[in-house]
Amino acid sequence: MSPAEPRTLTIFERSRDGRRAFAPPATDVPERAVEELLPAAAIRRTPPRLPEVSEPEIVRHYTNLSKRNFDLDTGFYPLGSCTMKHNPKVNERVAGLPGHARLHPLQDAPYARGALELMWRLERALAEIAGLPHVSLQPSAGSQGELAGLLLTRAYHEDRGETRTKVLTPDTAHGTNPASVTMAGYEVVKVGTARDGGVDLDDLRTKTAEDVACLMLTNPNTLGLFDTGIEEIARTVHEAGATLYYDGANLNAVMGISRPGDMGFDIVHFNLHKSFTQPHGGGGPGAGPIAVSDRIEPYLPVPRVVHVPSTNGAEPVYELRHEAPKSIGRLRGFQGNFGVFVRAYAYICSVGGDGLRDVSETAVLNANYLRARLAEAGVGELLPAAFDRACMHEFVLSGAPAKRELGIKTLDIAKRLLDHRVHPPTVYFPLLVDEALMIEPTETETRETLDAFAEAIRSILDEAREDPDIARNAPYDTPVRRLDETSASRRPVVREQHHPG
Amino acid sequence: MTRYTSATGADRREMLDAIGAASVEELFADVPESMRLRRPLDLPDGMAEQDVHDHLAALAARNRHCDAEVSFLGAGMYDHYVPAVVDAIAQRAEFLTPYTPYQPEVSQGTLQAMFEFQTAISELTALPVANASLYDGPSSVAAAAYMAKLETGRTRLVASRGVHPHSRATLATYGRGYGTTLEEVALDATGATPIEELASAVDGETAAVFLQQPNFLGTVEDLGPLVEASRAHGALVVCAVDPLTLGVLEPPGEFGVDIALGEGQPLGNRLDFGGPSFGFFAAQERFIRRMPGRIAGETVDVDGRRGFVLTLQTREQHIRREKATHNICTSQALNALAGVVYLSWLGRRGVVEIGELMLRRTAYTRERLGLEAINPGPVVREFAVRVPDLDALLERARAAGINPGYPLRRDYPEYGDGLLVAITERRTRADIDRLAEVAAAAREQVTA
Repeated sequence: MSPAEPRTLTIFERSRDGRRAFAPPATDVPERAVEELLPAAAIRRTPPRLPEVSEPEIVRHYTNLSKRNFDLDTGFYPLGSCTMKHNPKVNERVAGLPGHARLHPLQDAPYARGALELMWRLERALAEIAGLPHVSLQPSAGSQGELAGLLLTRAYHEDRGETRTKVLTPDTAHGTNPASVTMAGYEVVKVGTARDGGVDLDDLRTKTAEDVACLMLTNPNTLGLFDTGIEEIARTVHEAGATLYYDGANLNAVMGISRPGDMGFDIVHFNLHKSFTQPHGGGGPGAGPIAVSDRIEPYLPVPRVVHVPSTNGAEPVYELRHEAPKSIGRLRGFQGNFGVFVRAYAYICSVGGDGLRDVSETAVLNANYLRARLAEAGVGELLPAAFDRACMHEFVLSGAPAKRELGIKTLDIAKRLLDHRVHPPTVYFPLLVDEALMIEPTETETRETLDAFAEAIRSILDEAREDPDIARNAPYDTPVRRLDETSASRRPVVREQHHPG
Repeated sequence: MTRYTSATGADRREMLDAIGAASVEELFADVPESMRLRRPLDLPDGMAEQDVHDHLAALAARNRHCDAEVSFLGAGMYDHYVPAVVDAIAQRAEFLTPYTPYQPEVSQGTLQAMFEFQTAISELTALPVANASLYDGPSSVAAAAYMAKLETGRTRLVASRGVHPHSRATLATYGRGYGTTLEEVALDATGATPIEELASAVDGETAAVFLQQPNFLGTVEDLGPLVEASRAHGALVVCAVDPLTLGVLEPPGEFGVDIALGEGQPLGNRLDFGGPSFGFFAAQERFIRRMPGRIAGETVDVDGRRGFVLTLQTREQHIRREKATHNICTSQALNALAGVVYLSWLGRRGVVEIGELMLRRTAYTRERLGLEAINPGPVVREFAVRVPDLDALLERARAAGINPGYPLRRDYPEYGDGLLVAITERRTRADIDRLAEVAAAAREQVTA
């Protein structure tokens, strides 16, 4: 740090007594004393120490903060499993229309017809994409969709008088899967991965017993591989009376090409912030709607959108149904993340049915092309593909040879990429690949961008042959350099203590 | 080719050559024949941008939003003014389009905003640690129950019926998974949580007690004795709070609650027909390693510069998998950013001023309406009244361009003629007078 560089300040440290951005509206009712309206014990004695700053200070502070972020609108973001595709601008415009953004969630159905119709249309579109007839948009994100799916499974089995206690998850599964299983009150049983990268069918058969409620599967899986054993997997799971759950994190590979319902899945969750372009927002919001088969339908969360088609030329009616005798109930407040539904629906309208297929084909083409570029001499020996097969929308490389030959870890490659103005891939996941780099380019990137990424990787490896310390000490050209995460965790400081004003 | 992709025919041919494949079809060779969709998706064709816009605008036009009527709807989400500065910041691509900050060197903007958000929530609630947001209010209540179960090893939950019905419903849903039971304590004749009934509902098997301040009817609860009664047998005390009342109401931390949480929508978030908004979650220091959700922490880089990282990640699903304290991955970072920008805009004085304004206008409204109160005690921004012919009022008000509030009958059959009326800084005296006139006219119609 150069001596001239000022310490980063929080908005709280910029506070000075008496400054303000808010001017209250005039009090147009009698100015009664607070003590007259509230009991003494309920009145706050010291105001919260919120910042005291003017509007220009707020704008400058947060604008400067924003410049300390890398973002998708600026550069390539091949973060595996996260589907960092372009976020269309028209989606923001339509989501911001007052009829959407300023609509109260408890508005009566006749006065919220447009919103309910939009939800119904989105449900129908997602049902067609999933190949499953019934949809609930309610879950707030993928992990809540997973929890919903497991609670549906529980309700389904209990309704049949069955008690099942275990849920199978492959060892390649996203961390949310086992976490959701525990929250849903089941025991996690791990299933191994075969040499081709798919589910180990022998292991699956051994573990699929009467006490298994569900198998949670991502297909293509987190290695970016389509599980060729899917027919046998579905048969095995269904014969044991268990449900088959589709983690839709990787749906971007197969839209319009193969549908989870046709693969035999009973329950699917979508990540509208992945396949359907809701901006990720630095970690949310998202939405995790679920689609289910007929046998699961009675248990779907409430409220549900009901559509009564028009008869005799009258307008169709859209309503919310709050009661369903077998429903698992509600997972959150109101109807779900409607603002996300608007963006997802606008996206589906924009690209259309054919476009969705083109999206998946291009995502897979881009991934295979980048995989081929990274298999070229000088790179491929050091970062080989974990499984030597055609990939789907993403692929996983192993940095183990680079670590052995050049003395640089996957982490070092990731950090050095930051100096190339590229966001690194997902690293150290899936766990079964040593020094993993999981790369998902998405369909919205140009070939030139993919070539530039391949060249960046090559130059990092070339440079490391000369001097591995360059990568080991990277990054250099970022707002801050490597941060001390260990002491942050040992002695956590999770709020600003310094309030000057 | 869609307008969001750019692989031309020439690109495709050259890329396939580099791959060594003859066609794109060949890349999907692993998908079994029987599982291919051999027809186009049954969805409309793609549309030009202007047609998408017009279609969505036509749908939006069928909604009566809060600029198109005078709305007294609340019940968990409120028509507050969202200042322009919030939109200007939250729509910046640098905040809008990145992922969760897994690479802190290039995510200091998001991470510092999280740290500031946590600080603001700590200050509002008077609790030392807060996370960086959860999905919304009700799911935060369910997250607290899971934490209480892990902490105490007990499985019984007790909730006041003053807790938001969506929160209680969510507790029941989640509880069927993680194995908790829920007992509700009915409100007393004044719409408050009765202390003795609450005390007798809590026992040695109780993992957590759930309160809400103000409660769903708007009643300012006598929190001190309620918290005291709740903790008698070692249960955790969880209090949902409306963050925008915390300029005037004594914060939950001062009453010694273990966890304070709530719906963040009032803090600079749009109504959006119910979401996305955010949930906030604050707790006593001793729970920091058991809390759900992302937490940003302060540290330094190799050159000694101040920086921020996601910390205490050994609580989280991507590290601990089945042993995690919650399954959440994507939460509500952008909504929480809007929250902290809003709180900076409001400031230390503004949060008190807006609370006092709501307090006075609410008192004025209640008196002006002159209807029988369900909860005659202290209220801040919302109150419940009995309306002899509720449907007549609803109809007359709607015709006059007024939404008079939320009928309680669906959630509280015991208040079949109840109406919940909410006030914000946007509801002027003139608006309130109009509502009162309509209510009076409806009453005359009924008695006539």
